[in-house]
Amino acid sequence: MSATDVIRITHLGKDYDTDAGPVTVLRGISFSIHEGEFVAIMGPSGSGKSTLMNILGCLDTPTSGEYVLNGHSVSELDHDQLANLRNRVIGFVFQGFNLLQRATLTENVALPLVYRGVARHERNAKAESLLGKVGLASHVRSYPNKISGGQQQRVAIARSLVGDPRLILADEPTGNLDTHTSQEIMDFFTRLNREDGITVVVVTHEHDIAAYAQRLIRLVDGKIAYDGPAAAGLHEHAEVSS
Amino acid sequence: MIWAMFAEAWHAMGANRLRTFLTMLGMVIGVGAVILMLSIGQGTQQRIQDSINSMGANLFIILSGSNVAGGVRGGSGNVPTLTLQDAQALAELPAIAAVAPVSPGQAQMVYGPNNWNTTVMGTTADFLKVRDWPLKEGDTFSELDLRSATRVAIIGKTVAENLFGDENPVGKTMRIRNSPFLVIGVLASKGQSLDGRDQDDTVLVPVTTAQRKLFGTRFAGTVRYIMVEAKSAELMARAENQMNDLLRQRHRINRPEDDDFTVRNLTALADTAADTARTMSLMLGAIASVSLVVGGIGIMNIMLVSVTERTREIGIRMAIGARRRDVLGQFLLEAVLISLIGCLIGVLFGVGGGLLASHLAGLSVIISAGPIILAFAVAAAIGIFFGFYPARMAANLKPIEALRYQ
Repeated sequence: MSATDVIRITHLGKDYDTDAGPVTVLRGISFSIHEGEFVAIMGPSGSGKSTLMNILGCLDTPTSGEYVLNGHSVSELDHDQLANLRNRVIGFVFQGFNLLQRATLTENVALPLVYRGVARHERNAKAESLLGKVGLASHVRSYPNKISGGQQQRVAIARSLVGDPRLILADEPTGNLDTHTSQEIMDFFTRLNREDGITVVVVTHEHDIAAYAQRLIRLVDGKIAYDGPAAAGLHEHAEVSS
Repeated sequence: MIWAMFAEAWHAMGANRLRTFLTMLGMVIGVGAVILMLSIGQGTQQRIQDSINSMGANLFIILSGSNVAGGVRGGSGNVPTLTLQDAQALAELPAIAAVAPVSPGQAQMVYGPNNWNTTVMGTTADFLKVRDWPLKEGDTFSELDLRSATRVAIIGKTVAENLFGDENPVGKTMRIRNSPFLVIGVLASKGQSLDGRDQDDTVLVPVTTAQRKLFGTRFAGTVRYIMVEAKSAELMARAENQMNDLLRQRHRINRPEDDDFTVRNLTALADTAADTARTMSLMLGAIASVSLVVGGIGIMNIMLVSVTERTREIGIRMAIGARRRDVLGQFLLEAVLISLIGCLIGVLFGVGGGLLASHLAGLSVIISAGPIILAFAVAAAIGIFFGFYPARMAANLKPIEALRYQ
């Protein structure tokens, strides 16, 4: 594998046991993502893109195949090592923001550093500087339920960045936001990718969101239907559907 | 890290104040009850111990037993068989520290316009030693007083108050059964005896005076009972054997079942009373501990609810890097905090209740550090014990399932 591969998956499969018997969601997927790439994963609902995202984020484990994240074979790691990867290598952004309602914005952003044992004043300083970077400097003492959805997603992005990750995983980050706010968020991801060289992987079902990425991976029925430049992929799909 | 965890736990407890308060209440009541019961128990035990000590240590009482005449055995004490000479002989025994023969009687006494009726005990100077009873002022009987049966008296505090009021009785002359007696001493106060009698309501006179000049008896030279103090607690059994042997020899008795005297070990009786008090105190504590356990179950219950309610929060924390032990520690700390704060309030209530009980109900209450430290240790243990299962449940959640939980 190349030294600059952040993610490499080979023949990745995932089955779920349901009451109606086992259901196969991912059928032997293989791809690599290099450092500094901006990748969009698309696909109709049920195509397995969220499952793939959860596996990439070390929240779920594959049934078969191999997943190498940042040089570590994930299946060989124990709970603590996985937690450590989530804490240090990955920054998560969710569709539903997933902020702690009881904690202030600063505390929310600083939370990943708590689990690294960083001292309080240091955590808060870093959290506040990141909140400033996402344009929420005046809200550091607010609580998540006092601000808009777009603002909450920016807090979540600040939280994902606080641990200086190499990889941002965003699962439908604009799913709950209006068009204008969505563009703001995606612009922000683009800047992170270009200026800071952070690898960004976004799961989405919207074409104009996927258009921000350089590379597109399209999943259909648990298999890769397209893996290539985003512009061509989106164009091809538009032709197929028209 | 530690402070962050405390802050988290504090936040979580503050998020649902009423519920946290009610959960704590279980611990408050449990700890309060334990502290109160142990304090009252210890107080009672102490009071009994004081009464025992006021009686004198390592004490025997020898009562004159039944006589046997032609195969007919009389009841205990129907014939006074013990004499002053018996007492003197007993005092020679090696295991015995002091001997006091007692010849008691009831008498009316007068001083000035006051009169009083109480027990007059004819005895020797050793009585004060046997009963471990110091004089407040004045002197005890001399050898001469005993030999020549002089009319001198040592009076208890109650008698002094009733006859002499504010006057100092020492050196005054009072009348017992119309005979003049010189008061040579006043006893220090001893308070109530185990059976609730006022021990200070008594007058001591030389045994010879009592026999010859106050209460003439058909059996000259006899005493009602003899009090004996052994040299030490270890020598009690040996002293008892020596006394039995000596008295049988002196009374020419061959078989133990024909004994015309009875040796009673008063300390053993007192120890039984102390044991009973200790058992009572432990039992009260044990009953109170049940409520402590119930309080612990309350904590477990609420922590289980809390884990379910906060499943999503746990998922978020895990997604951004919380390890299992971080989640475990967070919930465990919360349980222990609830338990310890409840304990602290419980201790305050227990101590307050104890003080109230001693002031309003006049109960003897001893508040000592022991039960309080114990309560904190037990509360911490309960927090850990009953908090562990819910906390482990939280820690073992799968991140993806916790995140999806609605």
